[in-house]
Amino acid sequence: MFPPREEFLRVLPILIFCGGGTLLMLLQPFLRSRTAFSLLALAGSLTAVVSVGCSAAHPGAAFYGLIGSDPASVFFEFLVGAVAFLVILGSASYLERESLAPAEFYALIFFAAAGMCVLASAREMLTAFIGLEMSSISSYILAGYRRESPKAAESALKYFLLGSFATAFFLYGIALLYGSTGTTVIAQMTPLAPGLLPKLGLALLLIGLSFKVAAAPFQLWTPDVYEGAPTPVTALFSAGPKAATFALLLRIFVEMPLAAGEWTRIFWILAVITMFAGNLGALLQTNVKRILAYSSIAHAGYILVAFAASNEIGVAAVLFYLLAYAAAKLGAFSVVAHLGGAGEKRIELDDFAGLAQRQPIAAAAFSLFLLSLLGIPVTAGFFGKFYIFKAALASHLIGLAVLLGVNSVIAAYYYLRLIIVMYMREPKEETAALPFPGAVTTVLALCALATVYFGLFPNHIIAFASNPRLFGH
Amino acid sequence: MLILNHLWIIPLLPLLGAAINGLSGLFGAKWPNKAVTAVAIGSTGLSFLAALECVREFLNLPAAQQALPWVKQYFTWIAAGTFRAGFDLQIDHLTIVMLLVVTGVGWLIHIYATGYMSHEGGYYRFFSYLNLFMFFMLILVMAANYVLLFVGWEGVGLASYLLIGFYFLKKSASDAGKKAFIVNRIGDFGFMLGMFLLFRTFGSLDFVTVFDKTRELPADALGQFGILTISCLLLFMGATGKSAQLPLYVWLPDAMEGPTPVSALIHAATMVTAGVYVVARSHILFTHAPTAMLVVASVGAATAFFAATIGLVQTDIKKILAYSTVSQLGYMFLACGVGAFSAGIFHLMTHAFFKALLFLAAGSVIHAMGGEQEVTRMGGLSGKIRWTYFTMLMGTLAIAGAPGFAGFFSKDAILFSAFQHAPGGRILYAVGLASALMTAFYMFRLIFLTFHGKPRFDEHHVHVHESPKSMLGPLVVLALLSIIGGWMAAPSFWGGTDHFTAFLAPVFGAEAAPEAATAAVSEAAEHSLELTLAGVAVATAFLGFFLAFWLYLRRPGVADQIAKSAKGAYTTLLNKYYVDELYAAVIIRPLVWISDNVLWRAVDASGIDGAVNGAAAGTTALGDRLRRAHSGNTRSYAVWVVIGALLILAVIFWPMLKPAAGMVP
Repeated sequence: MFPPREEFLRVLPILIFCGGGTLLMLLQPFLRSRTAFSLLALAGSLTAVVSVGCSAAHPGAAFYGLIGSDPASVFFEFLVGAVAFLVILGSASYLERESLAPAEFYALIFFAAAGMCVLASAREMLTAFIGLEMSSISSYILAGYRRESPKAAESALKYFLLGSFATAFFLYGIALLYGSTGTTVIAQMTPLAPGLLPKLGLALLLIGLSFKVAAAPFQLWTPDVYEGAPTPVTALFSAGPKAATFALLLRIFVEMPLAAGEWTRIFWILAVITMFAGNLGALLQTNVKRILAYSSIAHAGYILVAFAASNEIGVAAVLFYLLAYAAAKLGAFSVVAHLGGAGEKRIELDDFAGLAQRQPIAAAAFSLFLLSLLGIPVTAGFFGKFYIFKAALASHLIGLAVLLGVNSVIAAYYYLRLIIVMYMREPKEETAALPFPGAVTTVLALCALATVYFGLFPNHIIAFASNPRLFGH
Repeated sequence: MLILNHLWIIPLLPLLGAAINGLSGLFGAKWPNKAVTAVAIGSTGLSFLAALECVREFLNLPAAQQALPWVKQYFTWIAAGTFRAGFDLQIDHLTIVMLLVVTGVGWLIHIYATGYMSHEGGYYRFFSYLNLFMFFMLILVMAANYVLLFVGWEGVGLASYLLIGFYFLKKSASDAGKKAFIVNRIGDFGFMLGMFLLFRTFGSLDFVTVFDKTRELPADALGQFGILTISCLLLFMGATGKSAQLPLYVWLPDAMEGPTPVSALIHAATMVTAGVYVVARSHILFTHAPTAMLVVASVGAATAFFAATIGLVQTDIKKILAYSTVSQLGYMFLACGVGAFSAGIFHLMTHAFFKALLFLAAGSVIHAMGGEQEVTRMGGLSGKIRWTYFTMLMGTLAIAGAPGFAGFFSKDAILFSAFQHAPGGRILYAVGLASALMTAFYMFRLIFLTFHGKPRFDEHHVHVHESPKSMLGPLVVLALLSIIGGWMAAPSFWGGTDHFTAFLAPVFGAEAAPEAATAAVSEAAEHSLELTLAGVAVATAFLGFFLAFWLYLRRPGVADQIAKSAKGAYTTLLNKYYVDELYAAVIIRPLVWISDNVLWRAVDASGIDGAVNGAAAGTTALGDRLRRAHSGNTRSYAVWVVIGALLILAVIFWPMLKPAAGMVP
């Protein structure tokens, strides 16, 4: 029987991303103009973002309960769609500068985004696995998109090898869970018989997903991959797949009956080592892209704190944090992508010296994003961290909250150092200003707007995320 | 209903002005002073018009609707648990008075400032701050809850700080700015505690909720320190800071370091009256706390008297006016303290007219004298700057309480209410009357020293000139208001209408009712009493005028002889009772010593810094270790993944294995 029309509307963003990606690939032999592809991709991703409204208007399960639409999936689809749109908007000038082919690039971003949307709205493990693979395989290719650069090749290969390794864990976890519960539908997974098997399955699942969100000790690939990938792609990596994977983790730990209970301790440990690994690693880096890579590890750690708290505030905090973090990270990487110049040769700390004199607005925007990542008030990052603290304290995880505080202090060092370099250090050599093209400026303006807006009015998102039927049917 | 439904327009206009002028600094010389002027005056002028329209719309509402505050909730600003603070604005009759005073007088002063500041550097910066001040002041008077009011309260404090220190290269100016800020912090501390206590008691900080719940409560008895009394005293502590009352008045005289339009707008007409406004706004709380009311009245009367005595001997034209402001604010608190809130607000309004006028005229004098502020080096200016002289004379007549002028009616209303007040009313009245005598004296002293007698400056060097029209225009308008501004409240037996009290009745009405009832019983007796008291007040004002006339015009030497024969008293007054020195010795120096020796050297430098530097070194070393783990070798990364997986499995299964090892299959 052919599924009713409504079920297609529930997954409309995914269909648009898949269809748009395919269309871009098919048009590649016929269209020569870069601008045409950019406009097409922009229109496609914008349509996908708008179509999230359609899936929000038709909540419910689709395709025999494999996938569905609920407030959480709507939130993450919107986030992923917006990230894809902004990355595309910011990468047109980058692709031209690096003479990279646009059609495949945009198509891959579409496929990756489709995968992330599947990941965020899947209600069944194998569907989730397909989403994970769609986004991962597109990511592997995107990481190596600057083919002539050895660093990019290294990045792609490492990502692929280690990613496949982690996927194996994930898949094995699904198999064990299926074996012990007799189903792959997340909400129905109750163990058939007592024993270690379901727990082992869930643990393997967690390991696989920890790799994807760059949680320590599975984070070692992150700096290398982030550094080698084209910077717009790095921006996508740090915002998109992380959000989608956390969405799946949330769904598992909120919905799955099996996952109730004893997991606080494991999240506690993961959170602490991830925070320290990220922040300590960033301290001595001199490459701005690597600093931001380590910082995304640290942020995964902060989010895991909310998981350890495992209460309602924690869930809301995760959603808000991912939004605030995506805005700041996208903005920061967009600045780096542009200022890196041809071949991304100018991404050392020293290259940012005196930026405030050369390009005051860019320096101010970059500082705003860094301050949001640091969690200074009037930025969205502040409220993100605030709600995570609140979640941790509500679950009486005082020690974890203290460690989170300690890590925020350590992080202040490398964020503020960047700002100091931009504002207070003289450039070593005379450097010409690199004026930002309009599209990149728009990306920065939108990210800055989101950062400040949600820093002033966090209530809209928090109210939305406190919906008790966030993950619902 | 355009403005009434969109109240936010009124404060937004000056905020836009502040933003545009502030950002214009980025463009440098490309943005001419004319554009700054247009934006500053335009935004406040439009705001004034919007306020007028808002008043018109509100007064067109049915009477039943007017009896309640018109509240507009725009959005929830903070929500935490049961606590909600919204961006809520409200309009009622009290707000209307404040709104018109702030935007109207504020607009006039903006116009004046375009002339006064035309030759100063940082023109755009000045008007950006001034517009910012207007924004926060409007938020303060339009807020519908204590939290938003506090935003405005702190905001005007910030603007005041920025403007006092406008000439920040001058050390005395930046010091004065800091002093104002710090002294206000002490008051604000009390204010915040008051808010916390109100929230704890009532579960809300919305005016409507708090006041409605208060009406249901029994009043605290006199001498009893119940929750209401303590809340009121804490709120009043904030008011003493902002409105420069004893013991926190010390910042206001120093604040005269700011440009004169700032002194007129912020430190005379509007911001410093915020404390009076808060007490009047919270009148339901205060009337439920007679002890707090007595404190308010006593502090007000004491400040009125105390500041007036200092004003007698000051020689800086702006300092005289500053102490006069402190003293007049004391009058307003005296009125509130004896329950005559509408009289207090009435005096607030007339004071805004004549004190703004006096300051602006003083600014015109300073302008004419090329920056001279000492009245001892002036004299004989009346013929040279006629407009300034005439308008300043009007202001002086108004503040001294000459019959028919604005100050006469408001001061009379306050003294009458004080006289009738039950506990200690006669004492409060006597103190108020003595202050009125001194007020008339020092104001005419100022007039005579400045404008009459022989010039005491070098006429060859100082080129005395009248100010431009942009400065004289506001002077004339304010002089008119100082003359007729009191008539709307003239009591019925003066042939007036009592309109002002009737106007505020929807706000203060319920509280004033019992008083009015007793008044009806012996209206005739009351009538004659009021006439008598008014006669006494007029006689006092005339006595003050005559003393000043005799001492400074007829027998110019006598004043010095008196000063010499009562040297101790004179120098004490001249040094303002050594209050600043006392604060320095008792509070500031010990604090500095503790901060320097204990907090800085012992705790911070050796304790905290040592720990911080040690921790930083340790962290860096750890970071270095960690960096080495990132070898770049893919196989070692894979090994780490396996190690991590084993770690996680171990953590999960270790506790399960230990107690029940036998159960594992």
